[in-house]
Amino acid sequence: MGLIQIGRREKDGELDVITTTIEKAVNWARKGSLWPMTFGLACCAIEMIAAVSSRYDMDRYGAGVFRASPRQSDLMIVAGTVCRRMAPVIRKIYDQMPEPKYVIAMGSCATSGNIYDSYPVVQGVDRFVPVDIYVPGCPPTPEALFDGVLKLQERIMQKRVFTKQPEQVKDAVKV
Amino acid sequence: MHPLAERIQAEFPEGFVKAVEWRGDLAVTVARTALHDVALFLHNDPAMDFDYIVHVSSVDWPDDEERFEVVWEFYSIRKRHRIRLKTRTPEADCVVDSLTDIWQGADFMEREVYDMMGIRFRNHPDLRRILMPDDYEEGYPLRKDFPLRGKGWRDTFEFLDEGKG
Repeated sequence: MGLIQIGRREKDGELDVITTTIEKAVNWARKGSLWPMTFGLACCAIEMIAAVSSRYDMDRYGAGVFRASPRQSDLMIVAGTVCRRMAPVIRKIYDQMPEPKYVIAMGSCATSGNIYDSYPVVQGVDRFVPVDIYVPGCPPTPEALFDGVLKLQERIMQKRVFTKQPEQVKDAVKV
Repeated sequence: MHPLAERIQAEFPEGFVKAVEWRGDLAVTVARTALHDVALFLHNDPAMDFDYIVHVSSVDWPDDEERFEVVWEFYSIRKRHRIRLKTRTPEADCVVDSLTDIWQGADFMEREVYDMMGIRFRNHPDLRRILMPDDYEEGYPLRKDFPLRGKGWRDTFEFLDEGKG
């Protein structure tokens, strides 16, 4: 990623030199330790579970420690059909998560309601919580979810932590 | 006619409406007034012995005079036979007898029928909505005249405004 140079001087025994900004270092730490919250609502949860288990192993990307509590997690993967009756619960759980927090809408249902254009189904979880990454698919494969996680990590690296984000960048990135 | 249907007709000549057998399924329609007696007979008679309630559901026939049809499915675990019991109810007086006093298992299923179709059950111990929230006000979603997308409830998020004002 161009900000850390380790191992250059291994041969001559000199100390390594790292040049970076604190901002990048913080973002690097944040993206490397995402703590997702188990939030399976429907069949997408099965693929999410598969993504964490040994065959696919989401822990490779530092996002493998699933928590059952919003207070210990910073990534909410909304996996499944969002019913209107569930909406206040999702919002409450989102509000309980400590900052910085991210949301992945996994699957067509959480993204747009999918084919369920009917009275109890919310047409996308982004109607009431801000979503960072949309993962399409019905359900998405674990690989697709990984792509979403990696895209989220790229996005985290673009965030400003200590300085203000310029307005035009804010509009473009919408983080 | 199916022997079970014949028994019911002999016991309840007034309440019996019709019996249909289709691909091995027996469906008996009875008058709304005789419903509870017929159900009690099905449960208690040794030859009937329907000790298990499989399902309660309902059908909306918007063009019919008696618009709603409530359907019960019973099974006898010992006798290994099953029956479908139907009755009709008009929209203006949308009430049928609850069968929870005969089969406890009817409780939640009758609540579901009430929630989705708006048919009330007389003498039900706890007739509240079960799937939709208690304060849901748009009506009964499975009726034919209910719009598929609802009436705006799915798109209103009043909890987002809490704490703002």
